[in-house]
Amino acid sequence: MTDKPRSFQEIILRLQSYWAAKGCAVLQPYDMEVGAGTFHPATTLRSLGTKPWAAAYVQPSRRPTDGRYGENPNRLQHYYQYQVLIKPSPPDLQALYLGSLQAIGVDMDLHDIRFVEDDWESPTLGAWGLGWEVWCDGMEVSQFTYFQQVGGHDCHPVSGELTYGLERLAMYVLGVDHVMDMPYNDPDAIIPLKYADVFKQTEQEYSRWNFDIANTDVLLKQFEEAEVACADILEHPYEDPKTGTRIVMVHPAYDQAIKASHLFNLLDARGVISVTERQAYIGRVRALTKKCADAFVETDAGGWAAQ
Amino acid sequence: MPDLLIELFSEEIPARMQTRAAADLKRLVTDGLVEAGLTYASAGAFSTPRRLTLSVDGVLAHSPTTREERKGPRVDAPEKAIEGFLRGAGVSRDDLEVRDEKKGQVYFACIEKPGRPAADIIAQVLEKTIRNFPWPKSMRWGSDSLRWVRPLHSIICILNDEAGTSIVPLDIDGIAAGDRTEGHRFMGQDAFAVTSFEDYATKLKTAHVILSATDRADHIWADATNQAFAQGLEVVEDAALLAEVSGLVEWPVVLMGEIAEDFMGLPIEVLQTSMREHQKFFSVKNPKTGRIEKFITVANRETTDGGKTILAGNQKVLFARLSDAKFFWENDLRVPLTDMAAKLDNVTFHNKLGTQADRIRRIADLARELAKPVGAKPKLAVQAAQIAKADLSSEMVYEFPELQGLMGRYYAQAAELPQGVANACEQHYSPLGPSDDVPSEPTSVAVALADKIDTLTGFWSIDEKPTGSKDPFALRRAALGVIRLVLDNNVRLRLDRYVDSQLLRHNLQAGGDAMLQDMLDEIGDHGVFGAAIREVLERFDGEAPKAVRELETGLPDMSSNLLAFFHDRLKVYLKDRGITHDVIDACLAMPGNDDLTLLVKRAEALQAFMATDDGENLLQGVKRASNILTAEEKKDGVEYSYGADAKFAETDEERDLFKALAAAEAKIAPAVDAEDFATAMSAMATLRAPIDAFFDKVQVNTDNTTVRRNRLNLLSQIRTTCSSVADISKLEG
Repeated sequence: MTDKPRSFQEIILRLQSYWAAKGCAVLQPYDMEVGAGTFHPATTLRSLGTKPWAAAYVQPSRRPTDGRYGENPNRLQHYYQYQVLIKPSPPDLQALYLGSLQAIGVDMDLHDIRFVEDDWESPTLGAWGLGWEVWCDGMEVSQFTYFQQVGGHDCHPVSGELTYGLERLAMYVLGVDHVMDMPYNDPDAIIPLKYADVFKQTEQEYSRWNFDIANTDVLLKQFEEAEVACADILEHPYEDPKTGTRIVMVHPAYDQAIKASHLFNLLDARGVISVTERQAYIGRVRALTKKCADAFVETDAGGWAAQ
Repeated sequence: MPDLLIELFSEEIPARMQTRAAADLKRLVTDGLVEAGLTYASAGAFSTPRRLTLSVDGVLAHSPTTREERKGPRVDAPEKAIEGFLRGAGVSRDDLEVRDEKKGQVYFACIEKPGRPAADIIAQVLEKTIRNFPWPKSMRWGSDSLRWVRPLHSIICILNDEAGTSIVPLDIDGIAAGDRTEGHRFMGQDAFAVTSFEDYATKLKTAHVILSATDRADHIWADATNQAFAQGLEVVEDAALLAEVSGLVEWPVVLMGEIAEDFMGLPIEVLQTSMREHQKFFSVKNPKTGRIEKFITVANRETTDGGKTILAGNQKVLFARLSDAKFFWENDLRVPLTDMAAKLDNVTFHNKLGTQADRIRRIADLARELAKPVGAKPKLAVQAAQIAKADLSSEMVYEFPELQGLMGRYYAQAAELPQGVANACEQHYSPLGPSDDVPSEPTSVAVALADKIDTLTGFWSIDEKPTGSKDPFALRRAALGVIRLVLDNNVRLRLDRYVDSQLLRHNLQAGGDAMLQDMLDEIGDHGVFGAAIREVLERFDGEAPKAVRELETGLPDMSSNLLAFFHDRLKVYLKDRGITHDVIDACLAMPGNDDLTLLVKRAEALQAFMATDDGENLLQGVKRASNILTAEEKKDGVEYSYGADAKFAETDEERDLFKALAAAEAKIAPAVDAEDFATAMSAMATLRAPIDAFFDKVQVNTDNTTVRRNRLNLLSQIRTTCSSVADISKLEG
C-alpha cells in the first residue's frame, strides 16, 4: 500500500476530507474544556429533536486522571477525539465507518477489525446508547454508538455517533510505539515536529497541576458558581424584552454545564471526591444537562417550530 | 413435508447474548407453529456475531382442518336462545343439524375451521417473534421504531421441499424476507441466495462463516491447546472467556504471542486479569515455572501474511496495557500500606456511616475483641484490620477493582508483614457467596467477622435493612458470611455481645471516646448491654446526654432485631443442610442462642434424634404430658412445678417412672453441661417406655388431691427434663 499517511495531522486531514465527501458539515472544536467530543453541542444538543444533522469535527479532550507526565506511551490528560454524528443514523453506517479506516491507510486485508459490545452511557449527560468499541488487532480505535437517550429525552430519530481516539489510532497506523515519538507534521518538512515537541511539556505541566496543585477550594467554588449560573440563565423567560423575539439561551446555559462537568473531573483527579459523593456530583451535572436538553427541544434547532 | 430456514441478519450481536437468543428464537417460533397446528420433526438454532439462524425440518405444509361440534338448544327452545347459539357458534340456521336425543330433538352446529398454509402461519409467528423478542437490551435505529439488539438488516425465511424453494412473504417495517444473506464481513464475497439449510450452511462455510458456536469454540480450544503444547506450555482454562470469544468471531484464527520479559515480575493474577478483561486473551502458562509466559488471541480472519500484522498489533496493545499495570504496581509498591490506608480518610464509605478510615478503626477495635474467641493474636488482628482495606486506595485496584484484597496481600508481603496479616488482606472479604471458601486462619477470621459485623450493625443503626428483594448493601450475604465463619471454624462466641459493642461504636460517637470506652468496659464486665447502660446512666444521675438516653431503648431493639436476622439467615442455611425449621425453633428457644456453634450442635443432635423411633415416641409422650399438664394448670390456676415426691406414688408404673426419671436426670445434666446433646437425648429416650406405661395404666386425675397434685408435678418434671436440650414443644409431628 503506497497510500500510507505520514503524520498525525495527515490522518486528521484525511478524516476531514473523507467525512466532508460523505456529506458531513466539518465543524471546528468547541472552545471549552471538555472530557470528550460528545460534550460538543454539535453532538449533545443536536442529537435531540427531529431535525436531520450530519457533522464531523476534531475535539480536544481532557481527562485529568489520565495524566502521566508525558511518560506513558498512550496515556495523556489532553488528547484529540474525532467525532462524527449523523441523524438519522444511515443504514450503511458500519460500511461508512470502515471506509474511513481505509481512507487513513488501514489495509482491510491485513488487519482484524471487530465490533465488540460496549454500551455507552454518560451519567453526566443523562445519555445512553448501544453500540460497540471497534477493535483493530485487539486495540480499541473507535467508539460506535446508536444514541437512544440524551439529557433524559428519547432520541427520535436515532443518531449514529462515531468517536475516534486520534492519537491511539494514528500511532497504530503510523507504527509508532510511544505517542511522544509520533510525527506531528510531515517528517520531511523543513521543521519536522514530533508529538513531544508539541505536547510533552504541557503534559508535564498539567499532570503536576491536576494531581497536586489545583486548588480544590477554588474548584469547588467554581463548580457551584457554574451550577447556579446554568440554572439562572434558563430561568429567564423565552421572550427577549429587548428584541421582542423568542430567544431560548440554551447554549450559554449549556456552557455552564460543560464547565461544571470539567470542574468535577478536576476535583476527581485531585482525589477529593469520595465514592458516594461522586454519585451526588454526577447527579448535579446531569440535572444541568437535563435542563439544557429540555430547553433545547423548545428551540428551532431542536425541532420546536416543527411541532 | 417442507423444511423451514430462518436467518435474522444484523449488525454485531453482543457475544454474551447470542446463545440465549438462538434458544429464544427456536422456542418462540416452534411454540408458535405448534400452537397454530403446525407440527414439525426437528429444529436447530445457531448464532454468530451477525446472525441468528433457525432450521426447522419436516413442517406440515398445511395446518390440519379442524372440526368442532357444538350441542345447541332443543328445537322447541325459545327463538332468543337459538339466535344466541347461532351467534356464539358463528353459523347460520341452515348450517344446523337436528339430531334425536333422549330429551327430544336438539340442534347441533358443526364448525369447520379450514387449515392454513404453512407460509401464512410462519409469517405471522415470525413477525410476532421479532417484534417481541426478549433481548436483555434492545434499541432503535435511523427513523424506525422497530427494536432489535442492533440494527436488523435482512431476513431469510424460506420453505423448501421436493418441488423447490419458496420465500415466505413477510415484511417487517420495510425489511422484506428473502432468500439472500452475506458471508464473512471481510473474507466473504457478494451476497448469495440459498435454497435450504444444507445449502445455507455449505455456502456460509465457503464464505468463511462457521455457523455453530460450539464448532467455533471446539476449533479455538483445540488449536490453542495444540499450539501451546507444541512449545511445552498449557493454556489456562477459562470456559467463560472461550464462550465469549466464540461469539466475537465467525471465522476463528488462533494466534499465540509473546509477553515481554519486562512484565514477568507482575503478579500472575494481574497479568491474567489485564489480558482477559481488556484484550480477551487466554493466558498460556509454563508448567515448569508456573509463570504466564504467552498469550492466545483469536482473530476473526485469515490474512495473506499469516496473521503477522494482527499478532504484532495485539502484542503492541498488550505491551501498553501491561506497561500501565506495571506503572500502577511499581507506584503502589513505593507507598507504605499505612499511607495507603491514611488516604481512606478522604473516602466516604456511606454518608451516614463516615469514611472508610472511620470504618477501619471500628473494624480494628472489634477485631481486637474478637481475637480471643477465634484464637488469633490481638495485635496481629488489629494490624491486619488496619491495613486490610488499604489497597482500595492503590492505583492497581482503582484500575482493576476485582483485584481488591489480592493486591493488599501482595503489598503486605512486599512490606514483609507477617504472613497471617498479608493473608487477612485477601481473605477478609470471604466468604462472599454460599459456596465461596471460608477463611480458616485465625487472623483472617477475626478481621472477616469484624468487617461483616461492622457492616451489619452500621446499616442496622441507620435503619437500612434489607426488604423483600432489595438488599443493596448485600447484608444477607454479610450475615451468611458471619454464620459460615463461625460454624466452619467451630468458633465459640456470644454474638450478642459483639453486636452490642459494635452498635455502640456506631451510635456513641456523639458521646465521645471516653464514654464509649466506659460503656464497652461495662459490657465486657456484665456481658450484656442492659446492665451496662444502667451502670453508665446512673453515673450521669439523670443528666445523661440525649444520645445516651435514647440508646437505652433503641439499642436493645436494634440488637435483638439484628440477632433475629442472623437466626433467619441461619434457618435458610441449615434448611439446605437438612435441618427443619421446627428443630431450629426448638433450639432457638434455649438460652445462649447467639452462640451459633452451640445452637447448631443442639440442632444437629435434635434432628438426628428426631429421625429415630425413640425420638418420635418420646416426643408424643412428652406432648401428651405437657397437654394434660397445661390443661390442668389452666383449670386450677396454678403452676405445678414443685417437684414430685416418689413416696406418694401408688402404682408400679408411677414408681418405675420416678426411678427412670432420676436415672435419666443423673445422665442428662452432666451431658448437657458437656454439650454432649446426643448422650442427653439418648438418656431421655430411656423414658419413653416408662412414660408410655404410665399413661397406659395411670389416671392422672383422681379424687385424692395429694396424689393428683403429685402426678401433675411428675408430668411437669418430665417436661422440664425433656426440655433441657431443646424446647421440644415447638417440634411438629
